[in-house]
Amino acid sequence: MMELLREHKYLQFMLLIAVFLLMCMFVPATDGSWLWRLPPLFKQLPLMINNSVDFLMFEWWLVDVYDPDIEEYEKQPVMRQVTRGISGFILFLIEFVRELILGGVKTIVTFTSWDWATENPWARWPGLPWTVVAGGAAILGYRLSGIGLALFAGFTFVYIAIFGQWEPSMQTLSFVLIAAPMAILIGLALGVCAYKSKTVETILNPLLNIAQIMPHFSYLIPVMVFFGIGDHAGAIATIIFATPPMVRLTLLGLKKVSPEVAEAGRMAGCTDRQLMRRVLIPTARRDILIGVNQVIMQCLAMVVIASLIGAKGLGNDLLIALNRLRIGLALEIGVCIVLIAIVLDRLSLAWANKQTDYFADQSFKQRHKHSIWFMGVFLAGVVLAWIGSLVFKEGFNYLYLIPHNKGLTTGPFWQAGVDWLWDTFFYTLKGFNEWFIVDVLIPVKTAFLAMPVVATFTLAMGTGFIVGGIRSALIVGGYLLFIALTEWWDRALITSYLMTMAVLISGLIGIVAGTLCAQHPRAARWLLVWCDTFQTFPSFIYLIPVMMLFGVTDTSVLIAIVVYATIPAARYTVVGLQSVPEQLHDAGSMAGVNRFQRYLSIELPMSFPHMALGINQTVVFALAMVIIGALIGTDDLGQLILGAISEKQGVGNGLVLGFCVAFIGLAIDQILRTWANQRKAALGLE
Amino acid sequence: MSSEASNSNDPVIRCENVFKIFGDNAKRMMKESGGEVDAAKFQEQGCIVGVNNASFDVHPGELLIIMGLSGSGKSTLLRCISRLTDATAGKIFIEGEDILKMNNKQLIQLRRSKMGMVFQSFALLPHKTVLENIAFPLQVKGVSTDDSIKRAGEMMELVSLSGRENYFPRELSGGQQQRVGIARSLAIEPDIWFLDEPFSALDPLIRKEMQDEFLRLQGVLSKTILFVTHDFDEALRLADRIAIMKDGIIEQLDTPANIVLNPATEYVRKFTEEVPREKVLKIETVMDPVNPADPVSDIKVSKDAIIESVAEVVLNSSKPVSVIDSTGAIVGAVHASKVVHLLFGGHSKETSGQLS
Repeated sequence: MMELLREHKYLQFMLLIAVFLLMCMFVPATDGSWLWRLPPLFKQLPLMINNSVDFLMFEWWLVDVYDPDIEEYEKQPVMRQVTRGISGFILFLIEFVRELILGGVKTIVTFTSWDWATENPWARWPGLPWTVVAGGAAILGYRLSGIGLALFAGFTFVYIAIFGQWEPSMQTLSFVLIAAPMAILIGLALGVCAYKSKTVETILNPLLNIAQIMPHFSYLIPVMVFFGIGDHAGAIATIIFATPPMVRLTLLGLKKVSPEVAEAGRMAGCTDRQLMRRVLIPTARRDILIGVNQVIMQCLAMVVIASLIGAKGLGNDLLIALNRLRIGLALEIGVCIVLIAIVLDRLSLAWANKQTDYFADQSFKQRHKHSIWFMGVFLAGVVLAWIGSLVFKEGFNYLYLIPHNKGLTTGPFWQAGVDWLWDTFFYTLKGFNEWFIVDVLIPVKTAFLAMPVVATFTLAMGTGFIVGGIRSALIVGGYLLFIALTEWWDRALITSYLMTMAVLISGLIGIVAGTLCAQHPRAARWLLVWCDTFQTFPSFIYLIPVMMLFGVTDTSVLIAIVVYATIPAARYTVVGLQSVPEQLHDAGSMAGVNRFQRYLSIELPMSFPHMALGINQTVVFALAMVIIGALIGTDDLGQLILGAISEKQGVGNGLVLGFCVAFIGLAIDQILRTWANQRKAALGLE
Repeated sequence: MSSEASNSNDPVIRCENVFKIFGDNAKRMMKESGGEVDAAKFQEQGCIVGVNNASFDVHPGELLIIMGLSGSGKSTLLRCISRLTDATAGKIFIEGEDILKMNNKQLIQLRRSKMGMVFQSFALLPHKTVLENIAFPLQVKGVSTDDSIKRAGEMMELVSLSGRENYFPRELSGGQQQRVGIARSLAIEPDIWFLDEPFSALDPLIRKEMQDEFLRLQGVLSKTILFVTHDFDEALRLADRIAIMKDGIIEQLDTPANIVLNPATEYVRKFTEEVPREKVLKIETVMDPVNPADPVSDIKVSKDAIIESVAEVVLNSSKPVSVIDSTGAIVGAVHASKVVHLLFGGHSKETSGQLS
């Protein structure tokens, strides 16, 4: 019996399930029983965090600081001065870019004073007509890539202008134009450090893991406490959130550079700095550029969330539109965000791939033709704006700036569409919605909540043990223990229930769709393009259509999660199946397998590790989305985090809640990754 | 290009008891061993011996080939001499200066002015065009863009790649990529040229072509060369002298002919067994002293001629053929029977005297 168990892991697993079910049945749901729920020993943890943050911000290390308002020195905590300095610097940069496009006076004030600016009313930067910005973007696109990108960039800005989203879009753009490069630079620097020093890598690794899996909301609260509210706070939260993938991919890329290339650089007589800048980083640029792309996407994904702590722009508008259920408007704003994301991504990509032609013998005019064009566009734009001021004497000068929500709008059309859907499919949708909630979601939720804590631990740690031995079991147990000792175990169970449902559905859809598409090269390519496109959308966008159809319910949240989280499952399935070597296919064919046999006995086992990593990503995506789902109403951890943002003493709660969510993800990550790595090693894939 | 040069000048590269041992406590173990390194004992302690007590000189204009199978330490030795990796013990002199004592700055200066290296996998920078790749060593040195590009253009011509300046490495065939690698390594006009299995990644036909190209270049440039290969035929074809390595130890270091004729160890003999001698040996190894009594034919062959290339002449002649040195003086005579014996007599069984 024991032999049999040791031989077959699935038998171990079945035994584990049996034990788990027995525990579920026989452990009584009595308050105070440790088998049912652990006591909230960590109840004081949030408070302790709050106190230490307060201490850091208000009491630690006081220094004398000159206060110009009362003209004398005052005791101020160092931390506060530092964060103020950072805030001021970032805010200045954002305002500078913003006023470059939209005009304003704050930048001028920074270098002079409000008094001076009031006395000299001429000292205002007037802002660029939207035509000039659109033309400039097109020229930039043309210079970096070609006519295709020029048209696309130009189209994007024209779209933004005529749909009346100019001001919020430019606010968002200025925010991203500062946050993204900073995240990229910080990420690159940290990645390089980690590459050079093993110690740094060892320290960074767990931090990155947690940072990537922490829900977006939980960053907001500490950032708010340290840096206050406003564009800069939003930018800082965004930078914290967007940097980890950049670090990861930089490190990955650098590690992949063949040692001979590095040696060639050293033999060419490169100094350490030259080697890094001119050999290693450019050679690793494929991965680094993926990192840049990720940063830009994360920045725009954070646009909505950053608006919760005061970032101006599209995010705020989108949030308001969603809250008022103005689906059409939300859709237009969503399109703006997506367009900006794609334009920035393509431009940065083209910039990184730009080549120099040494043999083109160019005249001054040729070399500076793009600048000359821009001057032309600038003049034309100004002239147009001037003509506009003559034509549109009353009201708005549409050739200078199309005011907010005074442009075209397709809102009514979408609204009508939604109404029509409602009218036509009301009973179908409602029927489905009710059935799904009553017969599927609520029973599952109840089942999750009815799990005694001892059973959950047995299942999770047992799975960890079967997959990765005692080490995995302890790691998984440690993560769970943290959650169990907070007072939010039940909420965490609700989060897990939503996530589990979503991952099951997404995984199924993703693997089936991926498998079907992988059968045909063109279909596979098509699927990957779709994955790319969908991944470009900030996660928030997914809430719009589902809310349209299912209102504020768990169904909406679940569908949004499924749509979002299916992407990695499908992508990794396709990639995994495609990476099965051609020779194995041939060997299978010569052994006389039919298509289905080949899939079952060759392709599936070979690509299983890939699929497991895909599911791992699906878990991460799903968790992120579950928490965002709080914005349309759930009753899990996410809702509490959202609540913590508006609490005075929310830091501790927010952070601990964030860790709870992160630890759910990390526990699953531990099991799936260990398993995938074992399989990979066994198959000789790495 | 001949070993005679060895007398005339000081060595360009000189290695004295060089050791390279991989492992965390390599330095300590090296110290304790007192210069006697036993690979098996080191392995027990978790150390791997890469190079074991290598000492040799390379003279100006000489082409020394380091030959060995994979894991023999040949690339490690090359990397010690270029100081891509630091030797654990020993001394390495480049033109009389101990490079192990150089600081980073001096080392960079040395590489920028004196060294060039070609790699097995080409190691071209994927983001730069062919031209930029070749200009790269000049640009890191601080040469202006115009000058470096002009110089790179000349190098392209030297390796017969003109017209592909704006190609990217990925758009070239393996042979062409290695030409770029060669041009890059020569761009700064180095005195010392390191080649690490430069042709191993190429198809046999291309490899032959590249070897010819290499000989042509060396004929023009006369660099001091350290060439690593695992291909014994390649070594015989190109080398002035060959160092055969096994498990980090140089088993034998000698001219191709001497290695084939007098293998120092059993290991070296295994390599030489299958080698057709007529392709390696020069006429002087089979000539007899001049005997005035013998009738000699009018045909003359150089003593440096490879036997294979003159075998037909010698065999077709009814009388022994005269052998002359580079000045034209007769130094010996070759009998057809000796050539026949060499060609058909069987290699290792010369004593049995089987003639077909």
